[in-house]
Amino acid sequence: MSVFGEVPQAAPVAVFKLSQDFNNDQCPDKVNLGVGAYRTDEGQPWILPVVKKVEKIIVQDEKLNHEYLPILGLPEFRSAASKIALGDDSPAIQENRVGAVQCLGGTGALKMGAEFLRRFYNGNNNTKTPVYVSAPTWENHNAVFANAGFEDVRPYKYWDAEKRGLDLAGFLGDLESCPQHSIFVLHACAHNPTGTDPTQEQWKQIAEVMMRRKLFVFFDSAYQGFASGSLEKDAWAVRYFVSMGFEMFCAQSFSKNFGLYNERVGNLTIVARDVDNLKRVLSQMEKIVRTTWSNPPSQGARIVAATLNSPELFAEWKDNVKTMADRVLLMRAQLKAKLQALGTPGTWDHITEQIGMFSFTGLNPKQVEYMVKEKHIYLMASGRINMCGLTSKNINYVAESIHDTVTMVQ
Amino acid sequence: MALLKSNKVLYCLGNISPSLGVLSSRHSSWWGGVQMGPPDPILGVTEAFKKDTNPKKMNLGVGAYRDDQGKPFVLSCVRKAEALIAAKQVDKEYLPIGGLGEFNKACAQLAFGADNEVLKSGRNITVQTISGTGSLRIGANFLSRFHGGPRDVYLPKPSWGNHTPIFRDAGMQLKSYRYYDPSTCGFDFKGALDDISKIPEKSVILLHACAHNPTGVDPRPEQWKEIAEIVKQRQLLVFFDMAYQGFASGDIDRDAWAVRYFLEQGHNILLSQSFAKNMGLYGERVGGFTVVCNDAEEAKRVESQLKILIRPIYSNPPMNGARIAATILNTPELHSVWLEEVHGMANRIIKMREQLVAGLKKEGSSHNWNHVIDQIGMFCFTGLKPEQVERLSKEFSVYMTKDGRISMAGVTSGNVAYLAEGIHAVTK
Repeated sequence: MSVFGEVPQAAPVAVFKLSQDFNNDQCPDKVNLGVGAYRTDEGQPWILPVVKKVEKIIVQDEKLNHEYLPILGLPEFRSAASKIALGDDSPAIQENRVGAVQCLGGTGALKMGAEFLRRFYNGNNNTKTPVYVSAPTWENHNAVFANAGFEDVRPYKYWDAEKRGLDLAGFLGDLESCPQHSIFVLHACAHNPTGTDPTQEQWKQIAEVMMRRKLFVFFDSAYQGFASGSLEKDAWAVRYFVSMGFEMFCAQSFSKNFGLYNERVGNLTIVARDVDNLKRVLSQMEKIVRTTWSNPPSQGARIVAATLNSPELFAEWKDNVKTMADRVLLMRAQLKAKLQALGTPGTWDHITEQIGMFSFTGLNPKQVEYMVKEKHIYLMASGRINMCGLTSKNINYVAESIHDTVTMVQ
Repeated sequence: MALLKSNKVLYCLGNISPSLGVLSSRHSSWWGGVQMGPPDPILGVTEAFKKDTNPKKMNLGVGAYRDDQGKPFVLSCVRKAEALIAAKQVDKEYLPIGGLGEFNKACAQLAFGADNEVLKSGRNITVQTISGTGSLRIGANFLSRFHGGPRDVYLPKPSWGNHTPIFRDAGMQLKSYRYYDPSTCGFDFKGALDDISKIPEKSVILLHACAHNPTGVDPRPEQWKEIAEIVKQRQLLVFFDMAYQGFASGDIDRDAWAVRYFLEQGHNILLSQSFAKNMGLYGERVGGFTVVCNDAEEAKRVESQLKILIRPIYSNPPMNGARIAATILNTPELHSVWLEEVHGMANRIIKMREQLVAGLKKEGSSHNWNHVIDQIGMFCFTGLKPEQVERLSKEFSVYMTKDGRISMAGVTSGNVAYLAEGIHAVTK
């Protein structure tokens, strides 16, 4: 008899299953447009040159050891990371009301924020506070908040499938009609999976409603720098909300913009009303961290801190980031051009209007299945493709395959 | 500025009249009602130590190994492994949710022994975790979701301070069984058996595999055998916490004896492992969590559920430390160097224990200090009372936690005599 005799087999996480299937596929023309990681034009992972440089420095530094970091993480990482999000000259930082928790990737930052909110936001342990995530959103958002104890995780209108753009009216409508004090998870830039971001004007409208209705702002910033190539531009929404006086959280990931995926480098930036509130918040964050992972891993944070805190390395990093962003922009432009040249049915402007790593192609599940089975091109059932999976070598094949699929399958 | 000032007033108002404070805090901050978290007792020790200007000061609170110069020790096998890894230039792609495969395999082999039947039949699932804490937390979450038995987890009394909040946050309830006997500074074997025999069937019992934290008191093999028997009779689910394999006796197989014995006796255990101390990889967060199942099929089901638990916490674990550990464990020359270095660390601790007792005898202490040598691992429960601990900090600048626990790692050949002097002074 086993205590675990009744444990059911859980379904695999879709995006990882996709990669697994891709790996098992023997077809030489196969293309992986699934997992969200950057690839070079040779289809290879890319260790940023600045990261290689810094890692060498770290490995050769005999003065460095592997002692525990403080519970909240490496101080020089936390402050530098928050500065990246909020800007060097951020008034909130100058007013000493910005703090941070180093976390395990963007996921870890969302987790810490969610756990804190469940315990202390809108009363104590108010698990009934609604948490709104965009429709659609990164699939793990739901689980992060649900597992933190929130009983009511709901979608807010976001993607308009028909017009292939932002459903602003629907979004604003949900903001107006939701229960007061609801928590909203906002994508700072490069919305995952749609690649569709509000314009600055639209962000202003969103902010106005959220301020008026006392809704909680929780930004997820996983692509700063990676979306447009400019750190400032990609942080505009976050900084605007800070300037409007919101107390808010911003979960930052350095997985993509530093290519440090597996070192789990994240930061939860906390903007509070004042230093006293901040202090108490951080003291409670420590308790949550302590029972989850005690203290965060040092390697990735050291790399990021060293880079951000050195003018030379920082400049080199920005350059590396621009390299990645530019290649994505190039692939977008070329894919659209090829589809138009082929006369593929439908409009394809959204390919270049969308931003960041992902594109919501508009392919329906049947068409996606066709792409995977017949063309050996792997993409998510939602029609999401990772632009980084495109290269100068496979872009023709992909364009032609989309053309075939859209023509053959309705 | 005015905003800051008015918040202070509002916060004070909150102290006079809570409801008034909450109302007005709402206007100024979401967090007006958030209390200051209680200070960490161990951190408090370090803070006080840092402020002390006495050149003879000693920090015996720290739970990290120090060499005989009182410095952090980076193992040479770790440096070698790092160099090997740097030369390879591996990519930084996400690890699987369950972590680095070659680490997981080596981790389980280290605990169970490479020829263990459990490994051969593939009926364990071992996942990489965020060191020991992360491992315990995943285990606690797993129990909370899937354990059909009582919600109670039985901890030895006392246990590592963080065990309780970890299990509690995961939704389990905490109870205890007698363990430490303050009258002997040793193991309360009779009390433990007595309490364990009364634990409701199918409850979870947590056991420290070796080098019990905080007491340093471990059961002897014959005692483990009786514990295993009574645990079996009560049909308890065993959760081993092994944070010091190799670090306790200096011998990794010896330190894993209890874990392996329980497996032999048919217990399908849960196991948390940490490489923070025995590889000195503290800040890299290297650990493993194992569930021993009935068969490989069950292990697959359990694995799928562990992934579902891990994904919404941190998605997948950090690479660096696991890669270092895997390289060491899987490269024969590095593996041997590691065994020697672990042996070296454990030996230094054992030597310090002996020198402390010798020093106390030399000072003329009439007390029985044998427990200092009988206890094992990093920590020693001295038996000092709070007032004596306080005197030691005030008069000698020797810092330890209030329960009289000292970290032997903070003792060196250079300061052990001073420590003996201080302890004798407050206990004579």
